[in-house]
Amino acid sequence: MVATLPEAPTGPGPEAQAKRPLKAKPGQGDRTFLGLTRLSTLIVLAVFAAIGLFLAAKALPAIRVAKLSFLTTQAWQPDIHHFGIAGVLTLTILIALVAVVIAVPISLGLSLFISEVAPQRIKRTLVSLVDLMAAVPSVVYGLWALYFLQGRTIGLSRWLSTWLGWIPIFKVNGASPTNPLESSSLYSASTFVAGIAVSLMVIPILTSVMRESFSQAPLGEREGAYALGSTRWGMIRSVVIPFGKSGIIGGTMLGLGRALGETIVVILIISPVFTANLHILQSGGNSVSFLIANLYGESSSFGISALMAAGLALFALTLVVNFSASAVVARSRSGAESEV
Amino acid sequence: MTLLDDPRTSARPTPITSGSTLPPRPTQQRRKLGGIRRDMVFNLVGAAAAAACLSGLLYLLTGLSGGLGLAIIGYVAFLVVYGVLVSIADDGPAVRDAVVTVLMASTAVLAFGALGIVIVFTLIRGWSALVHVNFYTQDMSKAGPLASLKVGGMAHALVGTLWMVGIAVVLTVPIGLVAAVYLDVTRSRPARFFRTVVEAMTALPSILAGLFIYAAWILSFGFQRSGLAASLALSVMMLPYIIRAADLALRLVPGNLREAAAALGAPRWKTEMQVVIPTARSGLATAVILGVARAIGEASPVLLTAGYTTYINANPLNGPMVSLPLLTLKLVQSGVPAYTSRAFGAASFLLVVVIVLFLVARKIGGWGPGHLSPRGLRRVQEASARDVSRFARRRRSDTQPADTAQIPTVGTTR
Repeated sequence: MVATLPEAPTGPGPEAQAKRPLKAKPGQGDRTFLGLTRLSTLIVLAVFAAIGLFLAAKALPAIRVAKLSFLTTQAWQPDIHHFGIAGVLTLTILIALVAVVIAVPISLGLSLFISEVAPQRIKRTLVSLVDLMAAVPSVVYGLWALYFLQGRTIGLSRWLSTWLGWIPIFKVNGASPTNPLESSSLYSASTFVAGIAVSLMVIPILTSVMRESFSQAPLGEREGAYALGSTRWGMIRSVVIPFGKSGIIGGTMLGLGRALGETIVVILIISPVFTANLHILQSGGNSVSFLIANLYGESSSFGISALMAAGLALFALTLVVNFSASAVVARSRSGAESEV
Repeated sequence: MTLLDDPRTSARPTPITSGSTLPPRPTQQRRKLGGIRRDMVFNLVGAAAAAACLSGLLYLLTGLSGGLGLAIIGYVAFLVVYGVLVSIADDGPAVRDAVVTVLMASTAVLAFGALGIVIVFTLIRGWSALVHVNFYTQDMSKAGPLASLKVGGMAHALVGTLWMVGIAVVLTVPIGLVAAVYLDVTRSRPARFFRTVVEAMTALPSILAGLFIYAAWILSFGFQRSGLAASLALSVMMLPYIIRAADLALRLVPGNLREAAAALGAPRWKTEMQVVIPTARSGLATAVILGVARAIGEASPVLLTAGYTTYINANPLNGPMVSLPLLTLKLVQSGVPAYTSRAFGAASFLLVVVIVLFLVARKIGGWGPGHLSPRGLRRVQEASARDVSRFARRRRSDTQPADTAQIPTVGTTR
């Protein structure tokens, strides 16, 4: 097409003054195509909205009975109308926090290793290994945690509780370090063991988010740091980590969101309690997903409704965590550039 | 690297003499900027030896027991000795660089070591069940708690997994791919919102996918627990993964291909169907495979929706059905030793399937956008050879000069 100049000397008439439309009207094929793609996104959004709606609808009877005490009660006896998620939710968050506290330093080192230190030729293999770590079924991690990890952490748990027991979370009630015949069951089935296993499952998530944001640190700034005589660690500290800070925060929160919902490992490891047991080394913990998986079979219809309410609370919590995580990642310099 | 400020290796500028002849220039050696140097290896080996000796000594002298404690003390000793060794030759920043590099490498060793232990441990424990043929061909209906591993197997769970994952793939792949195409064609505000929602949903706890189907399909619509209900739950879980991975694959397609198609006058749908999607084919296949790998191993959505059986049920619409991860979970929870062996067998099988899927995905995904197989390349070459001969024929038959001959548009050349 020939571009028309706005002040063409040949045609001062009203037709020439009219602005030429720069967008073509989509044809029949395009309209159908765009309509189809929009329809599929609507279906997807409808499914996601339905999750919240159905959970809320089914949870309503229980919430109507419990009202605000649902958020403050530390017990789970729906049949006598004495139930609430205060204890269970606290324990859920505790497991997730233990997992994230273990996972963050490891993922930070691992992602820096992959993006900055590893030779180019093994980089892709390492990235695939991280992805494989994410794809290993959770039952496999659960079996490993139950039959391999648990027995091996008891010594560490006992040592921590003996020497750091004055810190409240490391305290173990009924522990007697001087008693050589002390039962090791005091230290098994604890939040700590479950947290270690869950940390293995969130490490790949944290690592891939962090690695992605680190690898986008601009080459010019990296070379600038080197040109000023920096060592590699100096360059990482002054360029890569500040650049990827929001990737670190966002990845951590995404990992937290994933850890909050982990079910299978918790089912296999934890022995359930319903009051908030803040001693992470001590036997007994809980999580909302465990509560649902454990009790849905033997509950009355009101009990199911109470479980739905717990599920709704978990849903809301993970959504808040995940949305803020993606907002943090997207706001950042690295995230803004990753969006094409 | 640290060599830049190292006075030993940097070439000193030769002073320019006032005489007529310059002194012979010293032969300069090309400095190695990266890679492994000999002193790095010596330092590492020395530090490792020192740390091993120290923790051995502690073990002998103080009776410090527990493998974990020894490993931690040995590691700390290793770091300290390594720092001291590096500091003999280098200054502060270089020492910090060396120690931090070792720290980063050791997190990699720790994480991948844990992964290796998980895989090897599962395979070793599962071996006793995996070697029996009946493990793949029989179900658990005749295998009581005391039955040996020569009776019973996981055939019912294999059938169940195939049905559930198959239905979930059929349901999610078309919707997921089309939704990813939507993200590709529109860069509007709703598209950004949709992408954010999908990313948040990838971290939806998988038990909630099961709980949702339980609330909707089973409690509200009154259906029974079945393979179909389980596959619906898996679909809810898989959908965001597939959309996100497909979106990433489509974003890797170079923009100039789209612009070239648009410049040739192709409508949007033709650009997507004939240019963008074929180019991203390998990435899309990887997205689907990884989605399947994830769905295959998930037990928690299936837990609430599939029920549990010990016999083969090949009808996904009716009656309870069991999948491999669910079978593993139930067998472990029973606590019976023979069942535990079978659980490890099923978990190993699952693990092998996931790893195989992963290797396939890596092979396909490694091709990058626009990669053609040898056959595809031959096909494209034949097509363009046909085009060339067709143009030549037309040029001969037309009386008009070549430059006004009709230019073929995209999609009409074949």
